[in-house]
Amino acid sequence: MKTNVYVKKRVAVVGAGLTLFRRRMLETPQELAWIAAKRALDQAGLELKDIDCIVSGSAPDAFDGVHLKGEYYSEGAGAIGKPHLRVYVGGGTGVFVPIAAWWHVASGLCRRVLVVAEEKMSSAADPHPQAVFRHIWDPITEKPLNPNLIWIFALEMHRYMHKCRVSKEDIALVSVKNKRNALDNPYAQAAANITVEDVLKSELLVYPVNRLDISPVSDGAAALVMVSEEWARRLTDTPIWVDGIGYTLDTSYWTNRELSFPVYLKNAAEMAYKMAGIERPMKEIDVAEPYDPFDYKELHHLEGLGLAPRCGAAEMTREGVTQRDGDLPVCPSGGLLGVGNPIAAAGLMKTAEIFWQLRGEAGKRQVRKDAVTGLAQAWGDLMQVGTVVIMRR
Amino acid sequence: MSKIALVGMGYTGFTRSSEHLSFREMVYQAAVKAYNDAGGIDPRRDVDAFISCQEDFWEGVSIADEFAPDQLGGVLKPVYTVTGDGLHCVANAYMMIRSGVADIVVVESHGKPSEIISMSDIVWFSTDPIYVRPLKIPNPHALQALEARVYMRSRGLRREDLGLYVVQSLGNALLSDRAPYAAKLDLDGYLEAEYVVDPLTAYDIAGYSDAAIVAVVASEEIARKLTDQPLWIDGVGWATEISTISMRSMEEDIATKLAARMAYDQANIKDPGREFDFAEVDERYSYKAIQAIEALGLARMDTIASDLRGGSFSRSGSLPVNPSGGALGEGVPLEAHGLARLLSAYEQLRGRAGRAQLSGAEKAVVHGWRGLGTSSSIVLVLSR
Repeated sequence: MKTNVYVKKRVAVVGAGLTLFRRRMLETPQELAWIAAKRALDQAGLELKDIDCIVSGSAPDAFDGVHLKGEYYSEGAGAIGKPHLRVYVGGGTGVFVPIAAWWHVASGLCRRVLVVAEEKMSSAADPHPQAVFRHIWDPITEKPLNPNLIWIFALEMHRYMHKCRVSKEDIALVSVKNKRNALDNPYAQAAANITVEDVLKSELLVYPVNRLDISPVSDGAAALVMVSEEWARRLTDTPIWVDGIGYTLDTSYWTNRELSFPVYLKNAAEMAYKMAGIERPMKEIDVAEPYDPFDYKELHHLEGLGLAPRCGAAEMTREGVTQRDGDLPVCPSGGLLGVGNPIAAAGLMKTAEIFWQLRGEAGKRQVRKDAVTGLAQAWGDLMQVGTVVIMRR
Repeated sequence: MSKIALVGMGYTGFTRSSEHLSFREMVYQAAVKAYNDAGGIDPRRDVDAFISCQEDFWEGVSIADEFAPDQLGGVLKPVYTVTGDGLHCVANAYMMIRSGVADIVVVESHGKPSEIISMSDIVWFSTDPIYVRPLKIPNPHALQALEARVYMRSRGLRREDLGLYVVQSLGNALLSDRAPYAAKLDLDGYLEAEYVVDPLTAYDIAGYSDAAIVAVVASEEIARKLTDQPLWIDGVGWATEISTISMRSMEEDIATKLAARMAYDQANIKDPGREFDFAEVDERYSYKAIQAIEALGLARMDTIASDLRGGSFSRSGSLPVNPSGGALGEGVPLEAHGLARLLSAYEQLRGRAGRAQLSGAEKAVVHGWRGLGTSSSIVLVLSR
């Protein structure tokens, strides 16, 4: 894979916006998209007429119940009369949207791009939106078994626990931390002050997954404004640069893989580090927002990203390294476990959080250390996608 | 700035059914042909990224992106999906290479409409769930028929004019190996056909076909190493107009107009009516092709009817449109349709169009539209 040796243009984020993350929002998908978009434009000091191109993301069309969903919500995303592309890598979409927006700007085709991610899951299916995930399988070899998404993540969690000798208690610490961090997040849906005991005693869904190990069903949207270097200098004194992008997709045959370590994420992270000129991620990344739809995923992803030694993320968490005042604050926003999980919007929320953290605008969520370099990551499909962006002040 | 080239293409299908192959097998076949066509590249070693253009509901699978990497050779490499026409994937490849983050990008799109048993239900799912879907209009083509009527009235087009276009396009398609709906039709035959929805007959509405198409896009430096005949992508533009049926303009195709402007700016096209040797346009509906010809700046709104009657867009006219047939003859392989237009342009410009070959074609405009109910278009300028 190529590196930034040939990349001539820098791309910056100059504004971000979120909607509330909630179950059963009354707004339509178009309205959600516009609320977030407007807030991002306001922070950037731009109006919709200043925007050249729109890049959007949303996970399965089946959630919103609309075919060609990108066409449907384009009006809410501000795309009327403009070039608009929707990109899609399942759960990894949220962090992929700024990646695609990066080359919209870096190619010179667009100077000011509005980046929008939207998801409205709660009304998807009866009795529960999980039913949508009954249709994500290989129709011949897997669908007849009628698997459920929580089952396969339970397989992965169990494999990780076994291979790395990690206990349920260690994993529950992630849920406790993220839900507590979310208490300071005004957009959060599932903020709570809970204990490890609460997680272990919550309803068992599929062993070893309990209810409080999982992020909730959410509706919501997130948006960024990304611009060329020239426009960044014109618009703000504190642009946040997107210096590294990386993403890879593993085989569809997830049953044939070693699930305890995410190789696809390692590759994606290496691509992004190389581009950003990062050689020792553990030392150079100041704040991270890895994807945490399940608590074990935060540990799994920290290892895939090279931010924790292999099988070492649980110990880091136990020692408090990943707390907001620790050496490597992880999910200071509250993550998906605390803020909520409107799939594509949740990934973009993480990118927005890194933007605010690096600008020193995260308010009560601000990490203690002086953060210069941050990382956001998302994950998706059949446990096969890793998407990574690296941002710098 | 260095240029971006199309260096190889491969396809399989353009048949009305394909029960002997899964979509993955079809994409694999197309990919192998494209990699060979691009000078024998190895996807594991040479390709920087892979892009798939598809939509979940067409696939019958949620998160269809999951099934993109294996058959392309993209496992554990950068692979992603764009929910758009195949040409939207080409636009992404173009941007990635221009930005310097990739040198060779593979683009794939496929469609297996023969496996969709409830096509009109799926089409209805693309309409607004609050304002349009409750209308339960029995035939979704009615949404386009309204537009056809408005457009025809505003440009003085008669039913015979649509017939003229259809007869010409189905005739051109007889010269192609990829056109299961090609036909030798005359104007009387067309006029005898019954309406599906006034003013459209079955001849005016493209059928479906199954196909997979793969294209290889590369930077100038790499392209010159891989092939003696790179085709240059001089410009790409795309745009979305409001799609709500009650609010969108039916008198002109604004999305195509905006997309063309963006592409022509990059390609430095000043007078599109004279600078192109031929055009490949989306003709899922006969009237839509005529509307696109106008929106692309290839004809003027006040003279498009007389240009059409004078044969300007026939194979021997001043600007041949779809010289080897279009959607009416080939059928629409869903999101792969834009790549089908690109494939025809690619063959023409490389002198590989067989019986459909035009002489001396150097520069072409390629157009795609996202189909029924949408107002998203994309335009490419291609030259030899």
